[in-house]
Amino acid sequence: MPADLTRRKLIWGGLGAAAAAYAGALGYPVYRYLADPAEEAAELAKVTEMELPEEELPAAGSATILQFGARKAILIRHDDDTMVCFSAVCTHLGCTVAYQADQDRIYCACHGGVYDPRTGQNVSGPPPRPLEEFNVERLDGKVVIRRA
Amino acid sequence: MWRGSMAKSSSAGLSALGARVWNWCDERLALSSIWAIAEKKTVPLHRHTFWYFWGGISLLLFIVQAITGVLLLIYYRPGPEAYDSVRSITYDIQFGWFVRSLHSWAANLMVFAVFVHMFSVAFMKAYRRPREFGWWTGLALMGLVLVFGFSGYLLPWDELSYFATAVGLEIPRSLPGVGALIANIVQGGPEVSTVTVQRFFALHVFVLPLVFMGILGVHLALIMKHGSAVPPSEEARPERERRSIPFFPNFATQDLVMWLICFNVLCVMAFVFPWQLGKPADPLASAPEGIHPEWYFMSQFQVLKVLGEWIPGYLGEILGIGLFTLGGVLWGLLPLYDNTSQSGVRARHATWLALIALIGLLALTIWGYAGL
Repeated sequence: MPADLTRRKLIWGGLGAAAAAYAGALGYPVYRYLADPAEEAAELAKVTEMELPEEELPAAGSATILQFGARKAILIRHDDDTMVCFSAVCTHLGCTVAYQADQDRIYCACHGGVYDPRTGQNVSGPPPRPLEEFNVERLDGKVVIRRA
Repeated sequence: MWRGSMAKSSSAGLSALGARVWNWCDERLALSSIWAIAEKKTVPLHRHTFWYFWGGISLLLFIVQAITGVLLLIYYRPGPEAYDSVRSITYDIQFGWFVRSLHSWAANLMVFAVFVHMFSVAFMKAYRRPREFGWWTGLALMGLVLVFGFSGYLLPWDELSYFATAVGLEIPRSLPGVGALIANIVQGGPEVSTVTVQRFFALHVFVLPLVFMGILGVHLALIMKHGSAVPPSEEARPERERRSIPFFPNFATQDLVMWLICFNVLCVMAFVFPWQLGKPADPLASAPEGIHPEWYFMSQFQVLKVLGEWIPGYLGEILGIGLFTLGGVLWGLLPLYDNTSQSGVRARHATWLALIALIGLLALTIWGYAGL
C-alpha cells in the first residue's frame, strides 16, 4: 500500500470510480442508440457486388447514379458502348459528381473539380485524389458491378 | 519564470491558475454572491423532513423525461408513420426499447411523485402565507403533467392510445355549447386520427415543455425565496428547540442519494418490465374489452361511469365534470381559506379536506380497477 494513501483519498477514489462506472453504464446504451443508423450503414458498406438489369442501364453517351451499398456510384456508358463505374463522391469535399458528355468530363459542381470520364483520374480543380473505380462486367441480360 | 515555478510545485501552480480563473469568472458572473446565498440556506430537520424530497424527485423525473424525450425525438415520426416509427424504436433500434421504457415509466413515476409532493405540501400546510404562489404554480405544474401524460399516450398510435384519446376527448365534447367546437379543434376533425397525433406531438414536445419550464422556474425561484416551510407541529415548538441542516452540502447530498435511488428504481422497472406496444390503431375496429385509462385518470373515469349509471345521459356527465371542477377550485383556494399559522378551526377543516381528497381519489381508483 502506498504510504500517502489516506482514508480520504481512498474514499474519493472509490466514489470517483463508482461515478465513472455509473456514467459508463448510462452512456453505453445512449451511444448504441444514437449509433444505430451508422452501424446499419457500416453493415451496408460491406456490400461488394450489385447487379443491374440490362433495361436499367443508361443510354449510350449518358450516365446514372446508383446506390451501391452505403455509398453512391456513377455508371457511365460511353458512346462506344464501353462502361465504367466510379465512386460518385467527389474526393474533395464529398459532393456527388455529374457526367457531362458534351464536355467529356466528370464534373463536381460544388467547387469545380474535374475528373477523366474513362479513368476517374482527377484532372483539374481541387480534388486531391482520383475517384475510386469499380469493376463492371457485362453478362447476359445484366451488368455486375464489383468493388475491387 | 512561470514555467520554472510550475516545475517546482505543479500543484501550487495549478491552484494559483485555478484561483486566477475563478477570480476572472467571479468578477463577471458574481459567482461568490450566489455561493454566499447557497451557503446560508438551511432545511428544517424534523420527523417529516422525508417529505421534502418529493419535489426534488419530481424534478429529477422531469429531467429524465426531457433527456429521454429528446432521444425518442431522434427516431419518432409523427403523423401517419407514428406507429411504424415507435415499432422500430421498440424492436429495431439498439436500446430503443430501453429509452422508450424509461420515458413511459418515468412519466408514471412523475405523476406519482407529483401527487405525493402535493399531498405532503397540503398536510404540512406549506401553502400558507407567504407561499400561496408556490401552491398555485405547483397545481398548474400538476395540471400540465397530466396533459403531458394524456398527449404523450396517443403518440405511439396503437389501439389502446387511440381509444384512450377518443374517450378522453369526449369529456370536453360534453360541455354544453362550445364543447364540440373545442374537441374538434383539439383533435383536428370530428374524430381522432393521425392529424390528432401530429397536433398532440406539437403540444407534447414544444408547447407543454415551454410553458412547464416557465412555471417551474417561478416555482423554484419561490422556494429559493421562501425556503422550506415547517409543519404546524414544528411551529408550535419554541425557536431554540427547532433544528435545521445546511442546504449545501448536507441536504443536497441527501437529495443526490435520493435521486440515485429513484433513478435506479426507474432503470430496474424499465429493464424488468419493458413498455409494450399494442396493435396499430384502427379507427374501424371496435373498442377492446376492459379498456380503461391510465391509473392517474382512473378516479375521474370511475366518477363519470358511476354517475352515468345513476343519472344517464348528458346530465350525469356534466354533473361529474362539475364535481371535479368544484373540487379543483376548492383545492386551489385552500391557501386563502387556511392562511394563518395558528392551528385554528380553519386549519382543521383544511386537513379534513385534504384527507377527504386523498381517500376519495384512492377509493375511486381502487373501485375503478375492481369494476373492470
